[in-house]
Amino acid sequence: MIILIKIEKFLRRQGKPLVNFIFKVGELFIFISQTVYNCFTPPFYWRNFTRQVIDMGFYSLPVVGLTTIFAGMVIALQSYSGFASVGAESMVASVVLISVTRELAPVLSALMVAGRIGAAMAAEIGTMRVTEQIDALTTLSTNPFKYLVSPRIWAGLVVMPILVLIGDVIGIFGGYVVGVYKLGFNPANYINATLDELQALDITTGVVKAAVFGFIISLMGCYNGYKSKGGAQGVGEATTNAVVSSSILILIFNYIVTELFFSR
Amino acid sequence: MSEVKIKLRNVNKSFGKKIVLRNLNLDVCKGESLVVIGGSGTGKSVLIKCIQGLLTPEDGSILVDDQEVVGIDEKDKEALHSKMGMLFQGGALFDSLSVWENVAFDLLENKGYNKKDARNEAIRVLRSVGLDPDVADLSPAELSGGMQKRVGLARAIISRPEIIFFDEPTTGLDPIMADVINDLIVESVKGLGATALTITHDMASARKIADRVAMLYKGEIIWQGTVKDLDKTDNPYVVQFINGRSQGPIKTGV
Repeated sequence: MIILIKIEKFLRRQGKPLVNFIFKVGELFIFISQTVYNCFTPPFYWRNFTRQVIDMGFYSLPVVGLTTIFAGMVIALQSYSGFASVGAESMVASVVLISVTRELAPVLSALMVAGRIGAAMAAEIGTMRVTEQIDALTTLSTNPFKYLVSPRIWAGLVVMPILVLIGDVIGIFGGYVVGVYKLGFNPANYINATLDELQALDITTGVVKAAVFGFIISLMGCYNGYKSKGGAQGVGEATTNAVVSSSILILIFNYIVTELFFSR
Repeated sequence: MSEVKIKLRNVNKSFGKKIVLRNLNLDVCKGESLVVIGGSGTGKSVLIKCIQGLLTPEDGSILVDDQEVVGIDEKDKEALHSKMGMLFQGGALFDSLSVWENVAFDLLENKGYNKKDARNEAIRVLRSVGLDPDVADLSPAELSGGMQKRVGLARAIISRPEIIFFDEPTTGLDPIMADVINDLIVESVKGLGATALTITHDMASARKIADRVAMLYKGEIIWQGTVKDLDKTDNPYVVQFINGRSQGPIKTGV
């Protein structure tokens, strides 16, 4: 009998976090379905969309540029030091191209944007929640999903692929700089090797990943902000959760998208 | 008996184990200014949010112009809100917009006004609440608490709503500014011929704004009457509350 009571207590202790987890997952799925529905139904707030595009895209350019140029430079150095030992130095340009377009530009740019924009979205919407601005929107006959969430989701979907394309160019340029000015490659040969290796699939993979990552960053920023409660502490937690959850999801979905494109 | 604008019947609302509204019944007549008084945590804000459809009660019925609010769909809720205005306790002004854009928000987003006309209308309403046109281009963060309340009031009345809610309109203001806001509320409500529902624990405000007063305690309306009745009542809860006494049937956790 005592053992049964102990088992029941143990199950209760384990059950509560499980029920909370299921509740959170359900809440997230309801939020996603509301978000998707409101993204495709009017009205559409162009001004908010434009503001998000500028914040997420234009102002993220320096961060994405710096991240990808150094990523390209490091890959050129690393691959050269590895390939030189087997006499395959000519592969450096190809390795830089594939690494940057398929992985480094989308993943590193997304992680940077998640830190910069995901956090800002959660903080802004979270502050609006705790200061009753979201309630004020509702009382002014304005759907907060359409006004706040939908423009951010669309901005994430549109801006991230463009950022990643720019990151691709800058990252490859970083590899070129190291290859030509440090490792002594012939500039024309390096460019030709890059162009010969360039395939539509590499770019497509990166762009698809970027769109998925853009959706994740905006979704987690909006979700955590929208559901925040409890004043400044709640907003702080929302901001942290937005960055952590979007970073983890970016890494998980990076694998899933790669699997979809390259599994045999 | 005048037409009932807002009717609540047996409304129950709880958060987890905490019961906030308990079988609450209340009528607000068309054109009347009802003030609901009560201590902190008695469910006043929840009451207003339930009437606006921002919170959904577990049980009961809330009728606004004979339209059921409990379980209302999003489209009908937007239509319902188009005849309501609300002055929030903290102002709830949008940080990302200027003062005039805050005031003219409904005109720009829902009423199809162009920017120029919306701005002119916003400035006219800002003047009516005693603010200079100079503040129109400021950000809400640049305003004092009293000015933010005035801007919030301007935003609440610009669309000439049939029903206006005031959530603790004088909280955080000095007594003189509080009186100015009370005067503005009375002017605005009478000028528009609107129905007003105010929640407050400021008795000076309640006396100035109210046609009728209701007291909320532990989620129930325990007393209601006119402002004159307020001073004559022998209800021990009301007497304790309006006189601000620590001794009496209302126990507050310290």
